[in-house]
Amino acid sequence: MIRVVLPPHLRALAGVGREIQVSVDGTVTQRSVVDAIEAAHPMLRGTIRDHQTKARRPMVRFFVSEQDLSHEPLDAALPDEVARGREPFWILGAIAGGRR
Amino acid sequence: MSGVRVLVGTRKGAFILNSDEARTDWDVSGPHFPGMEIFHLKASPLDPNRIYASQASDWFGQIMHRSDDGGQTWQTVGNEFAYDGVPGTHQWYDGTPHPWDFKRVWHLEPSPHDLDTVYAGVEDAALFKSTDGGQTWRELSGLRTHTTGNSWQPGAGGLCLHTIILHPTDPDRIVVAISAAGAFRSDDGGETWLPINRGLRSDYIPDEDAEVGHCVHNITMHPSRPDTLFMQKHWDVMRSDDAGGKWHEVSGNLPSDFGFPIGVHAHEPETIYVVPITSDSHHFPPDGKLRVYRSRAGGNDWEALTNGLPQENCYVNVLRDAMSVDRLPSCGVYFGTTGGQVYASADSGDNWTAIVHDFPAVMSVEAQTLS
Repeated sequence: MIRVVLPPHLRALAGVGREIQVSVDGTVTQRSVVDAIEAAHPMLRGTIRDHQTKARRPMVRFFVSEQDLSHEPLDAALPDEVARGREPFWILGAIAGGRR
Repeated sequence: MSGVRVLVGTRKGAFILNSDEARTDWDVSGPHFPGMEIFHLKASPLDPNRIYASQASDWFGQIMHRSDDGGQTWQTVGNEFAYDGVPGTHQWYDGTPHPWDFKRVWHLEPSPHDLDTVYAGVEDAALFKSTDGGQTWRELSGLRTHTTGNSWQPGAGGLCLHTIILHPTDPDRIVVAISAAGAFRSDDGGETWLPINRGLRSDYIPDEDAEVGHCVHNITMHPSRPDTLFMQKHWDVMRSDDAGGKWHEVSGNLPSDFGFPIGVHAHEPETIYVVPITSDSHHFPPDGKLRVYRSRAGGNDWEALTNGLPQENCYVNVLRDAMSVDRLPSCGVYFGTTGGQVYASADSGDNWTAIVHDFPAVMSVEAQTLS
């Protein structure tokens, strides 16, 4: 199982805790992990990436083991630690508040 | 026993205020969707317990919610707003072409004709329709692809479709308003559209007869007179008696004719309300006095309503969707401020009290009359 840490607002929206688990068939990539998240929690569709283009939303970032993978290709294999469930795939909202 | 439910959208969540017919004691529930910007909530005129809510954030985009039990519980519904075809460009602030890009839903308008039909006005400006209670959305693209569409420019708040007026008996008649493109009318259910801006004058448009480009802030209509429309424009309060065919100014003796919302009394179709704001560069009331102005003559002759409203050191704003009326025998009027107050009058505006003082900035107020 793939471990995923969601940001607080998406936890509330999906009604889940800090970390969820999803299963992925085939290569574990950003695309396949988010596919699995959206399949398990349809209310998160459109909140992490664009419905059409599948591009990551601009103020959402992806991290693994303290490394920012946000700008890696969508179909690049994620680190083996994620595929083996040893490390979670982190989805973060940018620190950009305060204006309102 | 009848009562009132007031739906309040704020910068940091939604709130629901309930009272009986007296409208003196209020129960406050919320925040619903805490921390999230709630642009608009609105209930179906066919089922008061069916409520839609638009939540939008820069981080996680557009999220749509629906309640079928009067706001006690919510479910997420469809949030995919895909423009029809290749959307092309509109004008940016500097006059250059700018790609059409969906940002958020500003306004929701449930149909008075069909329970599962609801319209959404979005930024960048377009009109979407759902016929399955918000699960899926289809653009009525005849509006955005109007021949003038590529010349529309955003107002300060963005290129937003913020007003949707549905005819009480004719499902084919729709009026919308866009900042800063103007007002448009469809007589065929939203397939084709006509700009209805004749008579509007805007100092920032050199062409006095410009078909589009006007910064309309809000429009209201009394259901008993669907051809009479009242408009709060960027500057000027306007009136049309032929469904937007021609407008004339009714600002009269207002201390300022800049403002955002405009409302009409539930039982008196010639009684209208505005909240004058000093100017487009000073988004606060003139002289630090929060005053609602009422005209019982359909405009021109206005009286200040001040009883219970702060008359010194008040520098809040009242946004375009933040005023509403109920339909109880003594018409209630409600509005919310960017300072977090929601004011209510149970006597057509003669006297006001603050239901709450310390909400986040209020973005929308919708009153429901419950029987």
